[in-house]
Amino acid sequence: MPEIIKNGQVHADEWTVLRLAADEDAAGAGLPAGRVIVPLAVWLARREALLPLAEAGVLGVWLAGSDDPAALAGDLPRLQLIAVDFPKFVDGRGYSIAALLRSRYGYGGELRAIGEVLRDQFFYMKRCGFDSMQPPAGRYTHAQLEAALASLRTFSEPYQGAVDVAEPLFRRRPHPAPAKEKA
Amino acid sequence: MYRYDEYDQHIVDERVAQYADQTARYLAGELGEDEFRPLRLQNGLYIQRHAPMLRIAVPYGNLRAEQLRMFAHIARTYDHGYGHFTTRQNLQYNWPKLEDVPEILRLLASVQMHAIQTSGNCIRNVTSDPFAGVAADELIDPRPWCEIVRQWSTFHPEFAYLPRKFKIAVNGAAEDRAAIQIHDIGLDLRRDAGGNVGFRVLVGGGLGRTPILGEEVASFVPWQQILNYCEAVLRVYNLHGRRDNAYKARIKILVKALGVEEFARQVEAEFVHLKDGPSTLTQAEIDRVAGRFTDPELAPLPPDEDYRARLADDKGFANWARRNVRGHQLSGYASVVLSLKKPGIAPGDITAEQFDAVADLCERHAQGEVRVLHEQNLAFASVREADLYDLWQQLRTLGLATPNIGLLTDIISCPGGDFCSLANAKSIPIALAIQDRFDDLDYLHDIGELELNISGCMNACGHHHVGHIGVLGVDKSGEEWYQVTIGGAQGENASLGKVIGPSFAAAEMPDVVESLIRSYVDNRNEGESFVDTVRRLGIEPFKTRVYAERASRQEERKTAHA
Repeated sequence: MPEIIKNGQVHADEWTVLRLAADEDAAGAGLPAGRVIVPLAVWLARREALLPLAEAGVLGVWLAGSDDPAALAGDLPRLQLIAVDFPKFVDGRGYSIAALLRSRYGYGGELRAIGEVLRDQFFYMKRCGFDSMQPPAGRYTHAQLEAALASLRTFSEPYQGAVDVAEPLFRRRPHPAPAKEKA
Repeated sequence: MYRYDEYDQHIVDERVAQYADQTARYLAGELGEDEFRPLRLQNGLYIQRHAPMLRIAVPYGNLRAEQLRMFAHIARTYDHGYGHFTTRQNLQYNWPKLEDVPEILRLLASVQMHAIQTSGNCIRNVTSDPFAGVAADELIDPRPWCEIVRQWSTFHPEFAYLPRKFKIAVNGAAEDRAAIQIHDIGLDLRRDAGGNVGFRVLVGGGLGRTPILGEEVASFVPWQQILNYCEAVLRVYNLHGRRDNAYKARIKILVKALGVEEFARQVEAEFVHLKDGPSTLTQAEIDRVAGRFTDPELAPLPPDEDYRARLADDKGFANWARRNVRGHQLSGYASVVLSLKKPGIAPGDITAEQFDAVADLCERHAQGEVRVLHEQNLAFASVREADLYDLWQQLRTLGLATPNIGLLTDIISCPGGDFCSLANAKSIPIALAIQDRFDDLDYLHDIGELELNISGCMNACGHHHVGHIGVLGVDKSGEEWYQVTIGGAQGENASLGKVIGPSFAAAEMPDVVESLIRSYVDNRNEGESFVDTVRRLGIEPFKTRVYAERASRQEERKTAHA
């Protein structure tokens, strides 16, 4: 069974990510058996039919870098898993999408990075609100994935606020100066 | 200048450890070539023509003596005994070994330095006015704001993988010495009618293949909101900037495609959600950061009489003072520019011995601090007038007193094809040949203010578009040619130069520049600079002269060979 990082640990994972072929129709695409993460287009085309599966915790939705997370805003309370795809690991749109889902839209379920996910991105992904990361199948051995957990903690006190710690360092310092603003 | 606190030091130390691990995994084959590339770039490491090239951040151009000495040590131990200052106030080494870079970064961290985000598609080293804090025309000291932006952008998790590189510059003076119009974000510090501090925000400037001057997206963002506003700009760019074509991926292309009004509207829509959020700055934070700039308290001094007498007696000293010494906020002090443009030396190059000597000199004469200019020179911000003569003599011995600041031989040049793997043509030999042609100081002083900028390729590291004379190396079926523009300018009246016509062979370049200069000298009004003459007359008379003289030279050569 493939392995992912979830909540800071290596886990076996039973979700399947459905990716449509270029000519495949979102409305008619067959769903694989078991727990499945479907593309946004499939969700939007068959929302009524898929809602019970989502609420039962066996169906999630994934967003591409070009998808607007606002499209899911109304459904967030019903979804237990949203994934964001990284078509290349240097394509950084997923970080902003994750930050928007967590901070703007208040999504509280599992947020998973899928696609070209490397351990060298884990720290930033965690800061942007991802709580699970799924590297490509076979990219890491179990031992490498265990070693990669260290990448979640590369920097102990980052400067700026983000999703995981909203307060920037200047508000977290041990002896905060009075907040009086005079300039 | 800014001194790290324990948090700053910790972050830099953790970065060294992270990069050492990444290098080890790369060398062990666990990280592929394509995977390692963006990681090493975000640590300033390029793979170049001869060896890796390491670009070290000099945040907003501020350096201390101990840091200069570390540069000297690294130059001797890991390089060929010199370094190169770039047009972005950074230092580059051209010959380090990839395996040595973690150790070099460890050494840099020991003197509060790093190479974080000096390359890669992330927010780069923040740049500013090299005379910040001392310039006579300063309105608000930009340095604390630069440091605040530096901290905010360092390892910003959302903006580490942008569509392209992203550069922010901050200006706080009447004259714009930070070139904010050619940055992705240009921040202009100002006060509103009520005396409140804020920023005019320009977005979408940049040179390269598509040179564009930045446009105003906000006329006044209160200082408390500036990080929130920048975050809004970056988020719109990160989500909507093009990623299909590296040449069209800069924010300037997005701003152009949407139109500045629509772009500003989208930023505003994003800003609404961020305004007054946790990143809103506090007075306590501004005070804390400003307090870590350990400038010595200088008391104003009476004007130095000996200095004035020396100026009258010694023509060499007077020439140097005229070009390389600048006014200061305090009476009795001056700022001094050290020319890294001695004829025969690649613009911006500095040897290990010079680093050490400059460290000694700045401790003796300039509070232990040095500034880096984007024109690839160094400066001492505050020197007592009484020390200038002594300093001049010492700088002369070191080859750092060429009295050519702002003149034709103060050439801005990228490293070009001699070093850079991106270059289409060489830059340094062109710069050296032009310097060689114009070796008469009196003539140079007569020509007056003239900025000549050379880039070896479209990426425009030599900022050729904004040179009064710009030279761009181009490749024509495997041969190196040079295209010439005139009428560009940096600063608050920034403009992009216009191409005068077909490109030239390398050997022609000194003649071409000479034709341009003769055309200017013949056409100028009393006291008019080269660029103002171009603006008044247009490029036509210059163009005509250059190509006519070129044709007659070719004719002569034919006759001589007949």
